[in-house]
Amino acid sequence: MSIGHTLLGLLESGPRHGYDLKRAFDEKFGHDRPLHYGQVYATMSRLLRNGLVEVEGIEPGDGPERKRYAITEAGVTDVEGWLTRAEKPEPYLQSTLYTKIVLALLTGRSAAELLDTQRAEHLRLMRELTRRKRDGDLADQLICDHALFHLEADLRWLELTAARLGQLAEAVGGTAR
Amino acid sequence: MSALLRAEGIGKAYGRTPALVDADLTVRAGEVVAVMGPSGSGKSTLLHCLAGIVRPDTGTVTYDGRDLTTMSDAARSALRRGDFGFVFQFGQLVPELTCVENVALPLRLGGERRRAAERRAHEWLERLEAADAAGRRPGEVSGGQAQRVAVARALVTAPRVVFADEPTGALDSLNGERVMRLLGEAARDTGAAVVLVTHEPRVAAYSDREVVVRDGRIRDLMGAP
Repeated sequence: MSIGHTLLGLLESGPRHGYDLKRAFDEKFGHDRPLHYGQVYATMSRLLRNGLVEVEGIEPGDGPERKRYAITEAGVTDVEGWLTRAEKPEPYLQSTLYTKIVLALLTGRSAAELLDTQRAEHLRLMRELTRRKRDGDLADQLICDHALFHLEADLRWLELTAARLGQLAEAVGGTAR
Repeated sequence: MSALLRAEGIGKAYGRTPALVDADLTVRAGEVVAVMGPSGSGKSTLLHCLAGIVRPDTGTVTYDGRDLTTMSDAARSALRRGDFGFVFQFGQLVPELTCVENVALPLRLGGERRRAAERRAHEWLERLEAADAAGRRPGEVSGGQAQRVAVARALVTAPRVVFADEPTGALDSLNGERVMRLLGEAARDTGAAVVLVTHEPRVAAYSDREVVVRDGRIRDLMGAP
């Protein structure tokens, strides 16, 4: 995820302090990975340097000074460009799983067991996400659904590969076990 | 938790084609077990053997300590009516009856009076978020609603085991998930075990554990006995 663009987008509704930005980010997008303060301030410094935000005011506090950031015209254009640009679909052509399966076949280990172990792990995570989805709000449901659909795609691939292990073993010169 | 339903070494062949080979499976009270596997792997045959619909060629199936494989047809039918509930992919509701009459049907077949049966049927329709369908015939409601009616009908007799064979197979994702959520909740509340046959991982994710059937053999991925 582009943290810079996300923080810029959050600033479009009005100027905020770094702390407010972190809180808004964590609340909306940081379910599993809240931002570190360091990330927020490093990102804001970069955006400032690139002219995408400006400091609207500085308030003295007990700790360090609190800068209030506002998005610039260039920042709005940047967010606009990011939002309208399609994300590049991930082709997943370098799959660790595929490599492991081929190596298992080449070294005489059980590729079928490897597939089953992976399958169990995928399903364990899917069950966990399904529970979280069941108990969560709409945001949780959509975030979990995104992950669940991807895990499901992996599982379909695992199933297909399990059905083709013999063929694959022949193709790579290994042994299916 | 003790075993409620147990298949030991069951085998079943259709002609020369083996559908199940030396299959073992234990289902405990209150748990949801997903049975997964590719098409034609033997999933549905396993479900039919566990539910006493099909008699395996070899091995035994015991339910609550009773051997289904040696039980008379009449005794197995009584068990299916009283202790087991069934949900299939489609075609399970009687088209001439309204939805509430469909749900009340198993109770009526068990000798319950019409008013009492339909009162309970209404309660289950509400619980399954299908109260709107009560007075309509199955052909007049959506697929998702019809499937929730079918789940209500499977649960109305308070079965100890619900057998669900691809219960979301004909539904879109949202409706499928709704059916699974409601089925799971109802089963948890009533303590019923669910044997869920599905080829969809997202549906299986509603289970407590899953087994995979491949070429008629069962693999328990979680290592449960």
